Amino acid sequence: MINAVPLSAVLTIAAALFCIGLFGAMSRRNAVSILMGVELMLNSVNINLVAFWRYLQPDLITGQVFAIFVITVAAAEAAVGLAMVIAIYRSRQTVYIDTVDSMKG
Amino acid sequence: MELLIQIIFVLISTLILGAAVMVVRTRNVIHSALWLIASFFGIGALYLLLEAEFLAIAQVLIYVGAISVLILFAIMLTHNVTSGEGHKFYQRWWLALLVSLMLFAVILVPTLVGQDWTITARPSEESAIAGAVEMGTAFMREYLLPFEIAAVLLLVALTGAIVIAYEERAQRRRILTLAQELALRKQQQQNHAEE
Repeated sequence: MINAVPLSAVLTIAAALFCIGLFGAMSRRNAVSILMGVELMLNSVNINLVAFWRYLQPDLITGQVFAIFVITVAAAEAAVGLAMVIAIYRSRQTVYIDTVDSMKG
Repeated sequence: MELLIQIIFVLISTLILGAAVMVVRTRNVIHSALWLIASFFGIGALYLLLEAEFLAIAQVLIYVGAISVLILFAIMLTHNVTSGEGHKFYQRWWLALLVSLMLFAVILVPTLVGQDWTITARPSEESAIAGAVEMGTAFMREYLLPFEIAAVLLLVALTGAIVIAYEERAQRRRILTLAQELALRKQQQQNHAEE
């Protein structure tokens, strides 16, 4: 893998995935779709961490450990975020976040 | 051998990026969640190609197994019959597209391609790759405190998710203390005797 594919190719894939996730998070109205875009962005960060670990420091474990922590935080974020979506839906009968604007000045 | 790895890499990248594009452009939310699962699978395969086996398995277990099911549950619970109407995207979605494309084409790609990434001496191919055993040792030694903090974070998130999503209806189903239950039962017996 190290000799066959350059590091910049893997990083470019991760960057493209990040930008796709960013577009999804910015353009969607549905709150669940926004969370899906955020998950894509977190995954692209993980690809970066693993790629740097494999290409630059494969004898140290730091990159993989950090990726595991990112996965942990992403799981916690998804659980709380989806619970909030369900709570908002229960009180307002909508999941479109631009209609949830009662705190707008 | 190298050509084979390159072909596999291109296939996996196509799967990841194609599925991700379908996630953000499909109008049906459930289809978009299913494409998200495909993208997560591709990322797991990429981890396997990068020789991070433990992370690949964790990716499949956590993302493909748990988070996607959570997302599907949330979609099913909030699926309004009338939510078919209205726009799925903002009116100015092209602005978001422009920002993402500019970030990719103007900032990220020139930074990535025009850089010499050999910061440290590149280790030889024969040197040992750290695997699951080293990771377990690291979690029990130098990363013990972050490990415990992650455990507390997961507990707090679990409790918070239950508190936030708890149904109001459950308040009516109040759990009585033993004394209240005894008093209730005594009153019921009295009523029964009076009849």
